[in-house]
Amino acid sequence: MASGPLDRADRLRQLCRASTRTLPALGSAVTLMTAQGVQPGAVSSDALTQALEEQQFSFGEGPCVDAFAQCRPVLVPDLGSDRPERWLAYAPAALEKGVRAVFAFPLQIGAARLGVLDVYRDSPGVLSAAALRQALSFAEIALWILLDGQSDASIGRPVEGLESAVESRSELFQAQGMVMIQLGVSLAEAMARLRAHAFIEDRRLGEVARDVVARRLILEPDRSSGGSG
Amino acid sequence: MPTVSPQRLAEVFVEVADTLVDEFDVIEFLQLVSVRTVELFDAGAVGLLLADEHGELQFMAASDEAAKLLEIFEVQHREGPCLDAFLSGEVVSGPEIETEADRWPLFAPRAIAAGFCSVYAVPMRLRGEVIGAVNVFGRRAGEWDVEDLRIVQALVDVATIGLLQERVIRRGEVLTEQLQGALNSRVVIEQAKGALAQLRQISVDEAFELMRSFARRNGRALSAVAQTVVSDDRSGIADLTGE
Repeated sequence: MASGPLDRADRLRQLCRASTRTLPALGSAVTLMTAQGVQPGAVSSDALTQALEEQQFSFGEGPCVDAFAQCRPVLVPDLGSDRPERWLAYAPAALEKGVRAVFAFPLQIGAARLGVLDVYRDSPGVLSAAALRQALSFAEIALWILLDGQSDASIGRPVEGLESAVESRSELFQAQGMVMIQLGVSLAEAMARLRAHAFIEDRRLGEVARDVVARRLILEPDRSSGGSG
Repeated sequence: MPTVSPQRLAEVFVEVADTLVDEFDVIEFLQLVSVRTVELFDAGAVGLLLADEHGELQFMAASDEAAKLLEIFEVQHREGPCLDAFLSGEVVSGPEIETEADRWPLFAPRAIAAGFCSVYAVPMRLRGEVIGAVNVFGRRAGEWDVEDLRIVQALVDVATIGLLQERVIRRGEVLTEQLQGALNSRVVIEQAKGALAQLRQISVDEAFELMRSFARRNGRALSAVAQTVVSDDRSGIADLTGE
């Protein structure tokens, strides 16, 4: 199986390790979340990071929790001197484990929110402009890996971002909203369906979106989701 | 001599400042600034683009959200006055778009087709960093008064400060946090336009207008309404969705 397509957890773990090496960082983790809370399937670059992640969720507070709730990154370059009242339980516990800075990036497209990428460092300091761009890029790749997993039709696909829709981004998101209602699926799955359709028909994502918005194209319900029949 | 009445200008600044203290919705705020700029200068349209983490400009708000206009803004990923203003940090002027086909081969024909004859782009600056740009389109060709351009720049500066919400930007991180949050709230609006268009079998432009008037009638923020449209529970907005 070594040459076969990696499963989602493997791809995310690879991403966490790459992020840790590149930025560089003490560790990186991707946690899956929904509005109802943390989902199973979090992956980390290493055991210490895994423990740090679990701590955030047992305390129910931390940068990751805030980044998800506020739909924007939470960047804490100096955990030791941050407002102490911000995370009463989390901050001392993370500091004790050697964390000095933490950066949390939500994995989201608009209202489709799938989780958070956390990056930990063992020395205080801001992310350089280049490191910040890289971290945001890692978050984007993690998002696409997660979106791939929303639809059976797209598993094992190379990760393709929004590049093929740069001139019709608005239409892509509008199409996503339309498909959500048409098929009665989540926003995240709607994006996966649009991408799967583009892949199968060998068309650009932006073109597919444009046709959906113009109502020249209506996506078929996913036959594979109906069970074994 | 500026063409704008000082009293009207003062009123606009007061109104914009008022928005900043109230319950704040970034998209609505930027749209307000766009609409008021159009009114003040009798311009054809105003649109505002912000740079994402890749340094690519993304559409945020416009005086008028017609699909046609959106396309003009989106092409500015590649070229156009907004991109030039963003990259140079300087005001870019195109008093006669007709003569700009060499400079902006993608942008110029689209702008002309939409009925615009002139364009100005003003950078959005914060602490030496350019974070986006504002386009002002005119229905007539011709140079703008220098004073008028200064007033536009002042409005753009207010928009920049408002966008960043926090009265004092304590650290550079806040800028990134706010910009990313703002870019994402724009995406939610587009998703909601699509969902509502499908629910009511109308166009996305009509869907936007419906959402906006519903938000106004009910004293709710546009972003909050959009968020509800794409959520699992739309029971609170049955008037809007027709469900």
